[in-house]
Amino acid sequence: MIVKDVLDILEGEIICEGDLDQEIKTACGSDMMSDVLAFVKDQSVLLTGLVNPQVVRTAEMMDMACIVFVRGKMPDESIIKLAETRGITLIKTRFRMFTACGLLYTNGLSGGTKV
Amino acid sequence: MSNAIHLHYDVSGEDFTRAGEASGAVKKTLKKLGYNSDAIRRVAIAMYEAEINMVIHADGGFVDIDIYPDRVEVLLSDHGPGIPDVEKAMQEGFSTAPDNVRTLGFGAGMGLPNIKKYTDDMRIETTIGVGTNLYLTVIVNQP
Repeated sequence: MIVKDVLDILEGEIICEGDLDQEIKTACGSDMMSDVLAFVKDQSVLLTGLVNPQVVRTAEMMDMACIVFVRGKMPDESIIKLAETRGITLIKTRFRMFTACGLLYTNGLSGGTKV
Repeated sequence: MSNAIHLHYDVSGEDFTRAGEASGAVKKTLKKLGYNSDAIRRVAIAMYEAEINMVIHADGGFVDIDIYPDRVEVLLSDHGPGIPDVEKAMQEGFSTAPDNVRTLGFGAGMGLPNIKKYTDDMRIETTIGVGTNLYLTVIVNQP
């Protein structure tokens, strides 16, 4: 799956455009950034309902290519600027967290860890 | 060792939104120097969690980074309240962070356990009312 597929599956809207052709291998859905930081996975997408600059910083540390804001949440200008300088794609989807994760999962994206 | 690259950053305790700037800068430098991405990520995540801790608990401080061919050493130093019970602070889920920090995505009691997980060596020197020094070492491959 590539970033563009995530955008299509979640019927999302691009807020900040990075590399849409970058491959995505795993996903992580959480509002707790420390939980995200606890599991290093390569080439991941982060789904979150949290809207603050630390979401982008977390993605930066984890080498994540893409952040999806669920439930139609819109990040402010400072968050968008930060993502721009880091080359991270920001997507907004109207789906709620559970549904958004489920849609990606049923389309073949896994959590990347065995339980 | 004389061939270390030394970096120094001050961490502001006033602005939570800027926490992570030093970690991001170190990550960039390591990338430029050609270290492998797994090692860079381990340094960045450990340092980022520590930087967040510094802002939440200690009103900021400073970070010294020494980059060697085979390892990265990080010292995070603050003049915060100190850690009364280090063993307890190391337990996953134990947190003394205020509630407003939780709304920002942190304060789940995962900071120090995460730091330990991603580093090859971690040492805490802490004195109540004086501050905390956190020493981290991450072994890296030759660039």
